[in-house]
Amino acid sequence: MIRTPLRPLARILDARSKGENPDAIERENIRLRHEEMRDRARQRAEGRLLVLGLFFFCAFSAVGMRMAALSATEPTEPRASAAGAAIMAQRADIVDRQGRILATNLETYALYAQPTEMIDPEHSATELARIFPELDRESLLKDFTGKRKFLWIRKKLSPEQKQAVHDIGDPGLMFGPREMRLYPNGHLAAHVLGGAGFGREGVHAAEVIGVAGVERQFNELLRDPANEGKALQLSLDLSVQAAAERVLSGGMKLMNAKGAAAILMDVHSGEILSLVSLPDFDPNDRPRPPTQGHAADSPLFNRAVQGVYELGSTFKIFAAAQAMELGLANPSTIVDIRGPLRWGKFKIRDFHNYGKELTLTKIIVKSSNIGTARVAQQIGVDRQKDFLRSLGLFEATPVELTEAGGGKPLLPKNWSELSTMTISYGHGLSATPMHLAAAYAAIANGGTKVEPTLLKRDKAQTGPRVMSAQTARAARMMLRKVVSEGTASFGEVPGYAVGGKTGTADKPKENGGGYYDDRVIATFASMFPAYDPQYVLVVTLDEPSENSGDKPRRTAGWTAVPVAGEMIRRIAPLLGLRPEIEPDTLADITLTSN
Amino acid sequence: MRSFFYIFTALAVIGLAFWAYQENYKTQAALDQTEELQAAIGQARSRLATLKAEWAYLNRPDRLRELADINYDRLGLLPLAPEQFGKTDQIAYPALNSSYVITDPVDVSSSEELQ
Repeated sequence: MIRTPLRPLARILDARSKGENPDAIERENIRLRHEEMRDRARQRAEGRLLVLGLFFFCAFSAVGMRMAALSATEPTEPRASAAGAAIMAQRADIVDRQGRILATNLETYALYAQPTEMIDPEHSATELARIFPELDRESLLKDFTGKRKFLWIRKKLSPEQKQAVHDIGDPGLMFGPREMRLYPNGHLAAHVLGGAGFGREGVHAAEVIGVAGVERQFNELLRDPANEGKALQLSLDLSVQAAAERVLSGGMKLMNAKGAAAILMDVHSGEILSLVSLPDFDPNDRPRPPTQGHAADSPLFNRAVQGVYELGSTFKIFAAAQAMELGLANPSTIVDIRGPLRWGKFKIRDFHNYGKELTLTKIIVKSSNIGTARVAQQIGVDRQKDFLRSLGLFEATPVELTEAGGGKPLLPKNWSELSTMTISYGHGLSATPMHLAAAYAAIANGGTKVEPTLLKRDKAQTGPRVMSAQTARAARMMLRKVVSEGTASFGEVPGYAVGGKTGTADKPKENGGGYYDDRVIATFASMFPAYDPQYVLVVTLDEPSENSGDKPRRTAGWTAVPVAGEMIRRIAPLLGLRPEIEPDTLADITLTSN
Repeated sequence: MRSFFYIFTALAVIGLAFWAYQENYKTQAALDQTEELQAAIGQARSRLATLKAEWAYLNRPDRLRELADINYDRLGLLPLAPEQFGKTDQIAYPALNSSYVITDPVDVSSSEELQ
């Protein structure tokens, strides 16, 4: 580049000769040169700005296009995900303690129609009404030819039905895949399992949600994908449950009862091996809740955990155990039983007259209300309350069923001394059979509290101690004598040393005003083998009546006890207990030293 | 020297591009196979679930009880009862002049595991 000289000689000389200032020429040239430099710099800056602007434009349009593409396309799963992309049923199975299936899923199809795409609505409606007798041809035809663009026809189809609908060949009839809950054992353990239904429904899938029982209690767990389809293992034993239901339903019919409940519980771990409530239902086709009549008469009602009853003389052992625990009495303490025992206007009577006095053991064996009430008087209101509370009789049972929360015991509003006396023989305090089973388990396992559970446990519970091991053993010996020589003699099963206590309570009238004369709740709470109890069995019959004699017999000894005895005879071998000869009661060993 | 360097770089780029192309296709093939296998696993799982459900349905206690009743003449099956537990003294002692000689030691347990 040729630089323009700042002081061109020719012009300088020319200016000098004219007497002008030659510096003006230099300044003019400097100005011109600066202008030129400025123009160049501006051009360059403008060029850079343009490039930068282009770059940003491209970057933002790339981001924008990517966002548009992401929002416009169907989402797909990443193909290279390393998680193994486990394909699982949307709801986990439920199995029994040995892994046998109680609830599982089955793939099926739902049928829906899009009338706008139908070719021959008349033929389709006729054929559908032929395949599904519960559908009405006229109303289907009205739906197909009306304004509707979409309608569900059936929620579940069997493969045969699906093929039959397919054979109609109408393009407006379509199938949506579904998973349905299947209970392969039908009525078995219906109250425990509850049932399931569809939640939100779409064409391609539908939610399956639990509506009752463990299905509802563990709904979140069963549906949690993080669980990877791991089955929920219950403590129930399928074969024991089946045998228990069979024997109990037979016994219920034989004793003309309108309902029955049975609970079999492991006394150490609190696991419930069998829970029966009759009448029952099929969870595959769960009936609707009743709109009239008593909810307690519906098959949906779980008598074992929802039925709050006065459980009668089965409570007597608690009074006896507490008296022994407090040192107020021992099994051979003599108690005055002359009756009737008056408290204000109220009189307490015995079923028979048992004489003037009996030992504490005999009071339990013969089931004397007067004797128990006298023992309870000695115990007092506060101590009795504390003891019953420690056995869990004041709160709803913690068993894992949604219905269990409804089985809250009914306690007297004003717990007077009279209440203490009546509660000692099981009147005035209502609880569920589940409460009774848990309380008896505390006696059976040597005096520690057990919380009933429906989940399989591996080891024994270590609950708080509610009575000493000695007291528990003495109470068990009393219960054994109730069966071997007392009111529950029909419950004797050779080889299994059953111990237990009967309870017969009059049913209170529904609308208040006293008790029925001819309606009872008969309960037998038992444990076996009494010398080393493994299981507690509670059997409750609602309004039983044994009619083989001259007069109908309603006491538990004639109704609930034979049923429980037969249940133990059938169930104990299934539990792996072999019949054994009862060991002789050993004299207490006293530690002495010389 | 410089021209050699240019040629070498160009060849390296071509070589690497070829290698990346091959790897890409291998990956695609592996992903396709994974998808196929996943689909097959899914189908096998659903088939297994159906079979398990059917097996459980066929083994439901009601049906087994009915079958035991129907076939009572042939099989004589009865519910498990306490009387069916045997005792060791009900088994006859083997005769003294038995020709059977035990050469291998046999593990014997006195208690019977039932489950």
